[in-house]
Amino acid sequence: MSIDFHFAWQTLIDGWPLFGYGIAMTLTFAIVGTVAGLIIGLLLGAIRSLEIDPLDSSSIKALKKFGRGLTSFYVWIFRGTPMMVQAVFLYYLLKPIFHWDGLTAGLIIISINTAAYMAEIVRSGIQAIDRGQYEGAKALGMTNGQTLFNIILPQAIKNSFPSIGNQLIVNIKDSCMLNAIAVTELYFQATSIAGSTMKYTEIYMLVAIMYLALTTIATFVLNTIEKKLNKTNKATTMDACA
Amino acid sequence: MEHVIEVKHLKKSFGALDVLKDVDFIIDKGQVITIIGSSGSGKSTLLRCMNLLEIPDGGEILYHGEDIRQHTNINSYRAKVGMVFQSFNLFENKTVLENCMLAQMKVLKRSKDEAKDKALKYLKQVGMERFMNASVTTLSGGQKQRVAIARTLCMNPDVILFDEPTSALDPEMVGDVLDVMKNLAKEGLTMAVVTHEMQFAKEVSDIVLFMDAGRVCEMGTPDQIFNHPSHERTKQFLSRYNNDQA
Repeated sequence: MSIDFHFAWQTLIDGWPLFGYGIAMTLTFAIVGTVAGLIIGLLLGAIRSLEIDPLDSSSIKALKKFGRGLTSFYVWIFRGTPMMVQAVFLYYLLKPIFHWDGLTAGLIIISINTAAYMAEIVRSGIQAIDRGQYEGAKALGMTNGQTLFNIILPQAIKNSFPSIGNQLIVNIKDSCMLNAIAVTELYFQATSIAGSTMKYTEIYMLVAIMYLALTTIATFVLNTIEKKLNKTNKATTMDACA
Repeated sequence: MEHVIEVKHLKKSFGALDVLKDVDFIIDKGQVITIIGSSGSGKSTLLRCMNLLEIPDGGEILYHGEDIRQHTNINSYRAKVGMVFQSFNLFENKTVLENCMLAQMKVLKRSKDEAKDKALKYLKQVGMERFMNASVTTLSGGQKQRVAIARTLCMNPDVILFDEPTSALDPEMVGDVLDVMKNLAKEGLTMAVVTHEMQFAKEVSDIVLFMDAGRVCEMGTPDQIFNHPSHERTKQFLSRYNNDQA
């Protein structure tokens, strides 16, 4: 076992434009995937948490049941298969229709994959909220939608912030699977450089350090935001009501 | 007297358990009705049915003569019939003021300024205006319940249903909340109160309703119920209470 540190250093300097581009792409996938995944996941999680009210008309009841079934199916499929397989399958399946490139396909696939996890995070966040608040809102004449958007979801998001942030860390790493559809993210760049130099140990050591640096920075940023969130909770202002 | 709510032959069961068997009573405008009885007698279920938080299995509830099940918009009915819960049920992501403003703006479509004016007025009435910018999670139980009462008052309801409003409070806090409720009663607010506070029931009620095993066992003025109960079961229940006091 030997690592040529001098070579690694040299490669880092010479190959920086390639690595830098890879890092930028990896971050793009991770951030877009997490944000878009959260938005889709909020919708899915909210639908999955719909409760059948005895006062609902029969068509509303049927619609709610259908929505819950559909979202469960979505989570089952996208959480139950590897993202790499989803990426290759969907990329080739839909290429004749969308004529998409790897970048677009990659962004969409990481978003819908993340959404499945986010849906579960949001659902458990909703379940953790004290049932009494639903009744309090109901007794004031608020609709389910008003209660969901003003009372339940803001608390569910806040309570599940650590899990949501965790998903960003996962996405920084898991975006490497998108190299299967030739997306030039960090792992793809590493593979190219390693292939041309045949120095696998050194290159992948560099890449491991880069991933670790990205996830460390992301963790730090998430912790800072979390602390801020907890603080604003204690001094909520009037404006939040608007 | 104008009937605000008429309950007729109300029935409710949970599975095999018949919680309400055949309940009849009337709340007139400006009346304070207290509902007493041992745990499991159906008091809370009765109150929850009146706001359709539980769906009755039989009988009718009339609101100003109209069957509430036929009411076209259940949410506008609920806005008119306020409810105060044992567990407060405040919105934990909102401040005291926001708790009082939200439903006014969303349900009654009041402007933000109007909602704020009303909220401040009623928070002042319950002695909580000093805490208007506090997060509700930082309040004590008695403070929370007073905010919950203000929140309900903000909707200008016709009647407020109180479901054991002091049962979850420390003994020291009970007095503050009961004082607020006594003042509301004095002002002529129509109220139905499920309570274990017999002294309160004696003082403020126009009518006391004693429930037992899903039925109204006895009903009358506080003097009739507390001093001259006619029913054996009522005597038994009250003697237990009087012994506690002695």
